Amino acid sequence: MPLWLELGVRVVAVVAAFLVVPLIVGQMEHKVMAHMQSRLGPMYAGGFHGWAQLVADGVKFVQKEDITPRDADRRVFQLAPIVALFPYLIVLLAIPLGPGGLVAQPMDIGLFFVLAVLGVGVVAVLMSAWASANKYSLLGGLRGAAQLLGYELPLVLSAASVAMAAGTLSLPGIVEAWSPWWLLWQAPAALVFFISGLAEIRRPPFDMPIADSELVFGYMTEYSGLRFAFFLLAEYVGIVVIAALTTVLFLGGWHGPDPAHFGWLWTLVKVFAVSFVVIWLRVSYPRLREDQLQRLCWLVLVPVALAQLVLTAAVKLAL
Amino acid sequence: MPGQGLINGLAVTLKTMTKRSSTQQYPDVEPDLPPRSRGVIALLEENCTVCMLCARECPDWCIYIDSHKEEVVVPGAARARQRNVLDKFDIDFSLCMYCGICIEVCPFDALHWTPEFEYAETDVLNLLHDKDRLGDWMRTVPPPPAHDVLGEPSKEEATAARKAAGPGAATPAKTARPAVRPEPEK
Repeated sequence: MPLWLELGVRVVAVVAAFLVVPLIVGQMEHKVMAHMQSRLGPMYAGGFHGWAQLVADGVKFVQKEDITPRDADRRVFQLAPIVALFPYLIVLLAIPLGPGGLVAQPMDIGLFFVLAVLGVGVVAVLMSAWASANKYSLLGGLRGAAQLLGYELPLVLSAASVAMAAGTLSLPGIVEAWSPWWLLWQAPAALVFFISGLAEIRRPPFDMPIADSELVFGYMTEYSGLRFAFFLLAEYVGIVVIAALTTVLFLGGWHGPDPAHFGWLWTLVKVFAVSFVVIWLRVSYPRLREDQLQRLCWLVLVPVALAQLVLTAAVKLAL
Repeated sequence: MPGQGLINGLAVTLKTMTKRSSTQQYPDVEPDLPPRSRGVIALLEENCTVCMLCARECPDWCIYIDSHKEEVVVPGAARARQRNVLDKFDIDFSLCMYCGICIEVCPFDALHWTPEFEYAETDVLNLLHDKDRLGDWMRTVPPPPAHDVLGEPSKEEATAARKAAGPGAATPAKTARPAVRPEPEK
């Protein structure tokens, strides 16, 4: 295969995954949340149990008027949804689906790259918050900045623990080095990573920056139409990315029966299982207050992540 | 145990997910309404004596009644009798608040609740139902629900039973226990 064709296939595959998997997760959220609340959820769109609901939503968003407030900083305001969405697309490039190089872009420093790119999310929140010229947006954005900067720390520390255990920063390398007893040994890191990942994508119960009952809709208040749809899509892609990273780092990615043939399937199954847990937590728990949110981060997650780091280092040195 | 509440919360949502949802898919499936549902008010014209009690008691005055008197010659009677004939009986359902007072006060059971509720209109004026339309709703009046077996008998039944038993029979007033609790045994 010539290089350009291979490159094209990889990019198309990643973009397809970027467009399809979040929609499946979104539909899953509609249905799972509905049934957990003893409802049915969408039933009409598409005929069979509302399978096309998100497609219909997309069509609706496209038709809506694209409003930029008069006092808004136009360029920044219009750019923010793209900045929110794009890092996740880039992250998907580095996530291995199966063994034998089934990854869009294998990188030696994959973990470092992924965490660095995820950090760009803060910029999008601050851009949209400041450029909206709206006090609710600004409050939401500042909360978001405090939250994202705070939770970045346990996220990186717990990921560092896995990298240390595997002895590599390459994501396929980490999955290669994974063995089932990591589930036990790295469990605190896995929990910390998952929880701070939830906070990073601002999912309930960590949706303080959005907090629709107090801040209208936080930094997304002034957005409408397609730009708002981008923010929503970013949220669902965020779920997929956090689920995929948790899978790859802590749940052994493609490990399972017959990984050579069905490795991609195990990865996908684990990603959807973790996404289900994300939705489940959203339905079950109320939103954390701002001080509870910071307290959880600095007094629980960071110490646990540091302790896990020490434990990992000790075990690595002892063995 | 700390964290117990968090786990219980997850268990509740998971259990709810596995149960059937309680949604009734209304336009596709007829809703299953409770007894005595208040949908619309039906008029049984023959029972109406134009006493106007309903119109007077209506809190927002949404009942409009018009009538005229007619002479009825009763054979053998000294003079002709008069009776009221209903000309107009309208209920404006854009004003009605479904309190049911008109139905309560009607002395001759001319008004009835029916559970029918699908009479939305695109023009608010069409919510004024005239007596033909109100009479039409009579078809949908359900039979009255059975008496509660544990409830006390109706006043009419009790009176009839007392009369049948004759004077000196036991009545609730005679057989009732004292309201004071008896002294407990020492």
